[in-house]
Amino acid sequence: MTEKQAFSATGNQMIAEAMRQVDPDVMAAYPITPQTTIVENYAKYVANGQVHTEFVTVESEHSAMSACVGASAAGARVATATASQGLALMWEELFIAAGMRLPIVMANANRALSAPINIHGDHSDVMGARDTGWIIFFAETAQEAYDNTVISFCVAEDERVLLPVMTTLDGFITSHAMERCVLEDDEMVKSFVGPYEAKYALLNTDDPIGAGMFAMGDCYMKSRLALRNANDGSLPIIEEYGKKWAEACGRPFDLVDAWGTEDADYVVVVLGSAAGNVRHIARELRAEGKKVGVVRPRVYRPFPAEQIVEACKGAKAIAVLDRADSIGAKHAPLAADTLAALYAAGEQIPAKNYVYGLGGNDVTNDCIHRVFDDLEKLAAGTVSDELVYLGI
Amino acid sequence: MSQLIEIRWHARAGQGAVTAAKLVADTALMDGAYIQAMPEYGPERTGAPLKAYTRVCSEPIEVHNTITNPSIVVVLDDTLLDTVNVTEGIEDDGVVILNTEMSAEEARAKLAVPASVTVAVVDASGIALDTIKRDIPNTPIVGALSKVTAVVPVDQVKERLRITFGKKFAQEMIDANLDSVDRAYEEVVCA
Repeated sequence: MTEKQAFSATGNQMIAEAMRQVDPDVMAAYPITPQTTIVENYAKYVANGQVHTEFVTVESEHSAMSACVGASAAGARVATATASQGLALMWEELFIAAGMRLPIVMANANRALSAPINIHGDHSDVMGARDTGWIIFFAETAQEAYDNTVISFCVAEDERVLLPVMTTLDGFITSHAMERCVLEDDEMVKSFVGPYEAKYALLNTDDPIGAGMFAMGDCYMKSRLALRNANDGSLPIIEEYGKKWAEACGRPFDLVDAWGTEDADYVVVVLGSAAGNVRHIARELRAEGKKVGVVRPRVYRPFPAEQIVEACKGAKAIAVLDRADSIGAKHAPLAADTLAALYAAGEQIPAKNYVYGLGGNDVTNDCIHRVFDDLEKLAAGTVSDELVYLGI
Repeated sequence: MSQLIEIRWHARAGQGAVTAAKLVADTALMDGAYIQAMPEYGPERTGAPLKAYTRVCSEPIEVHNTITNPSIVVVLDDTLLDTVNVTEGIEDDGVVILNTEMSAEEARAKLAVPASVTVAVVDASGIALDTIKRDIPNTPIVGALSKVTAVVPVDQVKERLRITFGKKFAQEMIDANLDSVDRAYEEVVCA
């Protein structure tokens, strides 16, 4: 393997590059901060003739996803990108894309939802889409945003899956920060993803199909069960492509990135860029002799329950860090999923849920130290397990 | 654990702080370093105070928050000293580099930092007006940074500028920028 040239790029640039290399047939998109530079870069590739994509400019995200649904049902390879209010506006089409089993790949630059108006990074938007049937990736770095995006096309379009995939990165923190990255060769990516031929295409008149049909309860429910099974069943397929990609480019892929968990007394479960912040502190604590671990699901839907339980097993206390809340519920989304998985596996580990970094609020090292301090107290029974808003 | 260098930039929107933050990162990357460069996005208007950040490390950088304990603080506009606590959280052996017409002693008195913190001054705006013919002090201040700290060698900075500007600007403008780097490198004074 030749030495790859490292260069500086933002997460958005890296996603645009991945999409350029895959060169989908159709992209329908509407700009929204902090995703705009993905489609802005992509529009340049189109204008420069670097891709053959039909770029459809639309008047809203609702239309963007509608156009993606139509193009994908017709048999095209389709990609788009959005964020925040844009993803929220797509909500009904998200269900349609998944229900019609359309392998659309969409990048989301995770951002807060109004009100108050805020353009910065959190997971409120994605968590609103977690029950739609889409597969959802969370990237920690710009490099991983690239890797996840390439893998997304393989997974979405695999005949064993046929589901839309959301490849997400944290707004501004990862979308706009410049990091050291490498790019795989265009031809390598193209051959890794391969050409796309839709198994069920509306434009294939030799094999006509109906799509988006009406269904009464019995058929509707069977269709929804098939969707659940497809989503659940995609986990080993995601791993298969992830490992294959890891082998091809030399960067690791795990459904759940478990750091220091083998002998950890205190474990933090966290998604996205903040996992790096937690690991940064965890390394310092390890150097001081504290047995701490960090669990980062790289895939959130389907939820890698077994892998997370395995990584948390044996801990004296765990903290789940959520960058979104589920207001009215006892726990925020990632904690609810994690605790349900632990309960189902018969693991009774004291756990505390923290909501952090809403609206891009800074996740300081002090915040992370507080979590690890709390975990020792939680194990000793001297701190309550009430949900905490961290850093305010 | 390898040393992580954290630089916090204070400027007013329009002075090119974000470009400077990226220039330093890109220059360090040429030597194989891991880097991060990011602005702090707020409701920006030209002239409004802003912060930007650069991280440089020989190992992959995992942390993704803002820089609260910088090893180096660069201030592109000395009028910010009246409204922003630019040295907040600076490391005990940190360095402050200030674009100002003040003497190093005056700047040290104004900043009121401990003796262990190095204070460096350079009239980057004056140099920019002389060379680039516009008050954009970002390029010269990187020359000063190069002299006062070991983050990036000055030759590498100029090489990087040639690469970055080569695509966009006429040779005259590139030379003016390179000249501004050299002058700030020579003229920066520490106290």
